[in-house]
Amino acid sequence: MSSLTMRPCGDFRTSYQQDNTIFETKTIRFMAIAAIALLCTAPLFLDGYILTLCIQVSYLGIAALGLNILVGYTGQISLGHGAFFGFGAFASVWLNNSFQIPVFLSIPLAGFLTMGVGMMFGLPAARIKGLYLAIATLASQFIIEDFFARADWFSGGSSGASAEPFSLFGYAFDTDQSFYYVALFALVTMYIWGCNLMRSRDGRAFVAIRDHYLSAEIMGIKLNKYRLLSFGISSFYAGIGGALYAHYLGYVSAEGFTIFMSIQFLAMIIIGGMGSIKGTLMGVIFMVLLPEVLESVVGVMKMTDWGNTPMVVDGLAYIKEMAIGLVIIGFLIFEPDGLAHRWAQIKNYWKFYPFSY
Amino acid sequence: MNFELLIQLIVNGLIVGLLYGVIGMCFVLVYKSTKIVNFAQGEFLLIGAWVCWAALVYLELPFLVGFILSLCFMAAFGVLLQMIVLRPMIGEPIISVIMITIGLSIFFQALMKWIFGVSPQSYPQVFDTQTINILGLNIEMAYLMSTLIALVIMGAFYFFFKYSKHGLAMRATAFDQQVAQSLGISVKNVFAMSWGIAATVSATAGVVLGMVNGVSDSLSIMGIKVFPAVILGGLDSIIGAIAGGVIIGVLENVAEFVDSQYLQIGNMYDIAPFYVLLIILWFKPYGLFGTKDIERI
Repeated sequence: MSSLTMRPCGDFRTSYQQDNTIFETKTIRFMAIAAIALLCTAPLFLDGYILTLCIQVSYLGIAALGLNILVGYTGQISLGHGAFFGFGAFASVWLNNSFQIPVFLSIPLAGFLTMGVGMMFGLPAARIKGLYLAIATLASQFIIEDFFARADWFSGGSSGASAEPFSLFGYAFDTDQSFYYVALFALVTMYIWGCNLMRSRDGRAFVAIRDHYLSAEIMGIKLNKYRLLSFGISSFYAGIGGALYAHYLGYVSAEGFTIFMSIQFLAMIIIGGMGSIKGTLMGVIFMVLLPEVLESVVGVMKMTDWGNTPMVVDGLAYIKEMAIGLVIIGFLIFEPDGLAHRWAQIKNYWKFYPFSY
Repeated sequence: MNFELLIQLIVNGLIVGLLYGVIGMCFVLVYKSTKIVNFAQGEFLLIGAWVCWAALVYLELPFLVGFILSLCFMAAFGVLLQMIVLRPMIGEPIISVIMITIGLSIFFQALMKWIFGVSPQSYPQVFDTQTINILGLNIEMAYLMSTLIALVIMGAFYFFFKYSKHGLAMRATAFDQQVAQSLGISVKNVFAMSWGIAATVSATAGVVLGMVNGVSDSLSIMGIKVFPAVILGGLDSIIGAIAGGVIIGVLENVAEFVDSQYLQIGNMYDIAPFYVLLIILWFKPYGLFGTKDIERI
């Protein structure tokens, strides 16, 4: 139905091609292209701080999309995504520093390296599922974290490693304005790839495994192969996200990639909506903005008399952590399908405005 | 080969392992009766230890009164937590339930850091002598007490499940929820009760550990360290949890010994149980005593 301008009021699809299309109507495709064009001009009018937030959204968004492919689409649970993100960061820096591989090559190579490591730790996933898998990935999180702290040749040990900025044909993307384009390009590429993956044979196999793995197996889907593949793809995304993070900050140290980071990734996809590519991005934006909002709330409270206590002012870091915990619990109890579901409801409400039932 | 050190470490491992066993028992209790994997187990220890500490230091109560007060608090806390947060999650997919307990764990960990600060605080002195000498081995009084408490708790669990009416109701619920409900057992109450018991008993372990090492947010790591123990023993076996706890406790101390004497890798004490965990999951995912999950179409 990609030739239409408006969406028809019923389901009139007559071919698989129409069923699978990313942009249902011309309007949606035009809007998407316009949005990307607008984002391309963003550095001209946005100030530096908002740009750093945008870059944060892009590298976290890539990693979170990987986790959503694993958790939301394949139904596997991973508590080690933060470690894979970190592995990507270290791997790219290591490839660049030790072998002088240019950064634009080392980022995808780091993705493939992380994919290999992810599949190695995902091997038990071929046999176990659900809760046991969650615990196995928890173990891999701690083992990889320990590896970072120990392997001096790889990660620079406790002192960390410094990363070169991203450069292409001698031009270094070392400012926020220029790196923004790298991040945007990576984000758009990885999201289009994610969309396309989900309408391919492999993507359908993932969804079949999630919905009923026994039926999927009876239909001839190799469970082991696709579970492992899903782990690999999710780690690949995490690796790319981590590598971008490393070359953006210019410095990686082992402390950041804890279990807390893994939980934050899970929180992003729960808030956004499991099994929704659009929702992933919404969840990431929510989680990036949450600390900023809390910071400004505490800033306002500081100005009042009753709020200006050391409990509030010094407790900002803890308030942020508590908010993350609360948001996870709140979304799971009140909105288990996430922001993507809420967004669809709001859209439907306006579409059918006076006759919403 | 430093033989004396090895024996000392093994004894320490046994003592700590018994505590792992107690924490693991709470974990298995919650898992068996409610099918929830409790990632917030460590926070029960943390909260219990802090509440007891606050009762002893701020209210200046004698140890026994403060201890019992904090246990009562934790029992109420566990029941309320189940009623408010976990009851709406009955019937939800497993990832949601896991994430709820992870969310709880983050929330309470941060809350405790916010209220009590991050620096470790030590309990006021409870015993006159800190360490005693048994057969040439130095054993801390608190550890001795912990062993005693652990054994008492295990005995109490045994009698509770074997002979009491509530224990029977809990076993029935763990066996089959629908049948139990049709026989007039209030499954809701059983769920709440199992959370209450788990919180109380974990708090006991938290207080004991706090007395030895001081209370700080590192106590909550215990909640994660208990995973290797319960997986080794089998997720739904109470005997397995005790056995797994003792094995993991000894194993991490032996790993530490081997590492410090021969390998010099470092950090083996913390990381060895997780390697074991991966290996068990690879070869025998249902552990030593766990029941095999047989699925029918």
